[in-house]
Amino acid sequence: MKEQIANIKEKSIKEISNAKDMKELNELRVKYLGKKGELTLILRGMGGLSPEERPVIGSLVNELREKIETLILKKETEFKNQELLKRLETETIDVTEPSKKVVLGSLHPITKIIEEVEEIFLGMGYEIADGPEVEKATYNFDKLNTPPDHPARDVQDTFYITDDILLRSQTSPVQARVMENQKPPIKIICPGAVYRSDSVDATHSPVFHQVEGLVVDKNISMADLKGTLEMFAKKCLGENTKIRFRPHHFPFTEPSAEADVSCFVCGGKGCRVCKGEGWIELLGCGEVHPNVLRNCGIDPDVYSGFAFGFGVERIAMAKYGIEDMRLLFENDIRFLKQF
Amino acid sequence: MKASREWLEEYSDIDVDTIKLGDILTMTGSKVETIEQKGNNIKNVVIGKILEVTKHPDADKLVVTKIDVGNGEILQIVTAAPNIKVGETGQFVPVAKDGAELPDGVTIHTGKLRGVKSEGMMCGMEELEIDPANYPDKVVDGIFILDDKYENDLGKDFVEALELKEDIIDFEITPNRPDCLSIEGLGRETAVSLGKPFKNPRKNIDELNIEDKKEIEGLKVDITAPDLCYRYIARVVKNVKIGPSPKWMVRRLNACGVRSINNIVDITNYVMLEMGQPMHAFDINSIEGKHITVRRAKHNEKITTLDEQERILDENDLVIADDKKAVAIAGVMGGLNSEIEEDTKTVVFESAVFYGGAVRKTAKKVGLRTEASSRFEKGLSPENALRAVNRAVELVEILQAGEVVDGKVDVYPTKQKVHQIKLDSDRINQLLGTHISKEDMIDILNKLDIHVEKDTATAPYFRMDIEQLADLAEEVLRFYGYDKLEATLIQSDTTLGIRNKEQKIEKKIQEVLVNSGLSEIYTYGFLSEKDLEKSKISDDLKKTAITIQNPLSDEYKLMRPSTIPSMLQILANNVNKKNQNVKLFDISRNYKNMNGEVEKGEVPLQENILTIGMYGEDVDFYMLKGIVENILEATYINHYDVERETNNQSYHPGRCANMTVGKDVIATLGEVHPIVLNNYDIEKRVYLAEINITKLEKYSRNNKKYIEVPKFPAVERDIAIIVDETVEVGQIEKIILKKAKKLLEGLKLFDIYRNEKIGENKKSVAYALTFRDKNKTLSDEEVNVTMNHIISELEKALGAELRT
Repeated sequence: MKEQIANIKEKSIKEISNAKDMKELNELRVKYLGKKGELTLILRGMGGLSPEERPVIGSLVNELREKIETLILKKETEFKNQELLKRLETETIDVTEPSKKVVLGSLHPITKIIEEVEEIFLGMGYEIADGPEVEKATYNFDKLNTPPDHPARDVQDTFYITDDILLRSQTSPVQARVMENQKPPIKIICPGAVYRSDSVDATHSPVFHQVEGLVVDKNISMADLKGTLEMFAKKCLGENTKIRFRPHHFPFTEPSAEADVSCFVCGGKGCRVCKGEGWIELLGCGEVHPNVLRNCGIDPDVYSGFAFGFGVERIAMAKYGIEDMRLLFENDIRFLKQF
Repeated sequence: MKASREWLEEYSDIDVDTIKLGDILTMTGSKVETIEQKGNNIKNVVIGKILEVTKHPDADKLVVTKIDVGNGEILQIVTAAPNIKVGETGQFVPVAKDGAELPDGVTIHTGKLRGVKSEGMMCGMEELEIDPANYPDKVVDGIFILDDKYENDLGKDFVEALELKEDIIDFEITPNRPDCLSIEGLGRETAVSLGKPFKNPRKNIDELNIEDKKEIEGLKVDITAPDLCYRYIARVVKNVKIGPSPKWMVRRLNACGVRSINNIVDITNYVMLEMGQPMHAFDINSIEGKHITVRRAKHNEKITTLDEQERILDENDLVIADDKKAVAIAGVMGGLNSEIEEDTKTVVFESAVFYGGAVRKTAKKVGLRTEASSRFEKGLSPENALRAVNRAVELVEILQAGEVVDGKVDVYPTKQKVHQIKLDSDRINQLLGTHISKEDMIDILNKLDIHVEKDTATAPYFRMDIEQLADLAEEVLRFYGYDKLEATLIQSDTTLGIRNKEQKIEKKIQEVLVNSGLSEIYTYGFLSEKDLEKSKISDDLKKTAITIQNPLSDEYKLMRPSTIPSMLQILANNVNKKNQNVKLFDISRNYKNMNGEVEKGEVPLQENILTIGMYGEDVDFYMLKGIVENILEATYINHYDVERETNNQSYHPGRCANMTVGKDVIATLGEVHPIVLNNYDIEKRVYLAEINITKLEKYSRNNKKYIEVPKFPAVERDIAIIVDETVEVGQIEKIILKKAKKLLEGLKLFDIYRNEKIGENKKSVAYALTFRDKNKTLSDEEVNVTMNHIISELEKALGAELRT
């Protein structure tokens, strides 16, 4: 009987390994392991064996059964893999054909710049403040150290609704409102639309956008202003951007400065955008004028602060190479879709 | 403000080139706009002498000349100039030699004219860009024939001989520094910027002591409006000899862009440029009663100014008047009636200081912004006014233009305030973020004539802008160097940088819309009445529009009470440009004067509005509705009603809906009314939605809670009913929801179907209903009971007929 088992073993291994397809393999399964299979028959014939022989033969048969099962399973996997490979081959597609995506819309370049600026300042712990566009003259001018006879209040520059109500000419009134309502520390930026009486042309628009920033606390210095703006310029315009302060004058800051950045188009070598100077005038800034702090109920002997402000369109135009400001407000879909 | 380097050098040694000087001054606050280097654009033009003029053999209009250009060199030059004639010789002329460069960029070469060799060109004033006004006795057409005094300069460079080299710096002076609208002020800045001593050439003037008189030569002065006139000084010059000014003066005036007129007028301009104090000179005989009154103008008072224009004034304007009439608009321009004439014998020099705000308003009103008014409006020093008038009469003596009468009439009702500030060097360092020693600060301030004694800084009379510590800080920083500021970061308590609720909602909306294929636009907040008409904005809304007093044009006269017209205009522009499939959104504001806030000096209502506008192949009402629903879902508006809107004139009456929460309409959406589209020349179906973000924000609640994933199976049932066309699916759904109660988990409309079999004006509506009990497996029987309730109610309430 042992011999018989050895024969089956040899034969089955050979036959399984030679099986050509699943059908043959299934036939072999029946042939050896089925109810009338060769191994089953041996088990049935074990009745004639001595009690000593029976367990020996029994375990031999079981061993062989397991072996055959393993081999069949292995072969089966082999066949399935071959089949899969064949299917995958037939399913090959041209990956360079066009996609079926949902076509995305676009954010306006002004929003993109404002968003970028907001992210930088949010990261430095600034809040975003907002205020009315149709604003009181008090907030747009008086509180900002720009008294009634100041040239900036001329009707040539500012749109008036009444003598007391106007279209804000800067986002600074938001600063005044925040200072009135909030105790230091104050750290805000105010993005938004502002209005000036300029006719529409390639570089002017009666409506444009500003982002202003304000910090008020104890010991806020000009050097902090420079450091903050340098950080902003590097993050917004590139890590190699340099910043330069020049003295200037604004009614609401003292000392005041104009800040230039090294040209982010040519890197400071001189190009069309920077008119060959290597620097681009970016913004006006300074230490908040003590009169402004006083007007808003903050003691300038205890607190100090800095403020800055710049035009969004100018940065958008320089950054994206837009030469005519009118494009920003014409809203031609072929323009918008590029952003 | 223009200044020549040569004039600045009177106040400070300058040991750098002019370009570098410009850079240095820009960095200390006197911003240089441009630098013009005159004379640099003329090369190889020399002074020559005409030796011989003969006829050209082949051309009647040409002559052949022989010209001595020095060092024994004689050139043959052919010319067509009308003032060079055969036989007339000995004149001195500018000669452009071979290779010479002229201001217009032309290079002169030896060549032939009608067969005759010509070794250069004689030049006219125009070719050399010389202002004929400076050489009034010379002919403009033809060759510039020089005075014989240039004999000694034969062969010499023309630019050098005529002293045409001049570096002129144009400064942009900030309005707080009227003292720098003078050479003296700029000279002081130059000296301090270069670290040189300030050479005060007017020391003699500063030390003068002129006697005050009640009247001079019969002239008396009164000020009746001391709030508008801070000081008025008059000095008188007799036996005036009107004539031309000396060359040095003309040259300096020209450098600053001022034309020479005559010695007396030139003196007033010269002093204004030199000291920043505008002056006026007039004929004493034109002053009726020899009595000057500085007074407010009368209502509708008329005066003809020096430019021969009649100006109409009122009580807000200040005039200089005699007993009968106004003779000048104070600070703006003199009157024609008191102009200096050729035969003027006695001249009054007026040096006064007026309130800047009033001068500015008057100048604006009469449309005359003069050199004088632009200085006065910034606020001038009354102390400087005295120096200036004394300087003017000194110049009269230097120019021998008349006899100066002793004494002055000086009305000075309110003395200029002297500002004294405690010098707190620690606080200055704190404000600047610097570590500058007190000694260094004092040194800087002293150089600027801000004298510090016992920690008290006193601002000089010419620095009226220095009022408090921050002003001192700026002065210190200017000369310590803005470029030396360190870049530090704020050291303070932590603050939170987060967007508020409304800002988060805006960001969410932008995200949803961009992902839905819409592009963002930016629109102007203003529009015209016509725009409101075109888009059929309701009368109620129109009434709230805010009118701009001084609009750019009628097109931009109103602040919009609705954002619809702006969106429609942009869509129309895109249609016009043949753009297909345009889907846009705009997050912007409306402006509504609801209850007369504007008239009360209050801020009017300004709501944040999302406007969507679309047209194109795949766009219809339901697509728009889907986008709006997604926005409401994304911004946590959990419950809202959709209602048909038939009264909004901007929209198609059958295709418009409002979405409401409570009593608030938070969104209106629909197809644009064809009449409105017609007004915009749009021949497409256009869809619009307005979502009021301000209102939406009130209802947005991010209070999502997890609901347990169901353990028990659901039972699905489909139902199809036939109803009248007029029945809205919203009505059907309300009934299903009411009758199904808690068991209904999902309700989905999957088909609306119409054909003849169903009947005219009927439709079949099919829903898939999902029932589930979260505590047990539902039995068919339970569901059947509910379904029967639903069906019978649909039949009863809507006349629905069950389809089988």
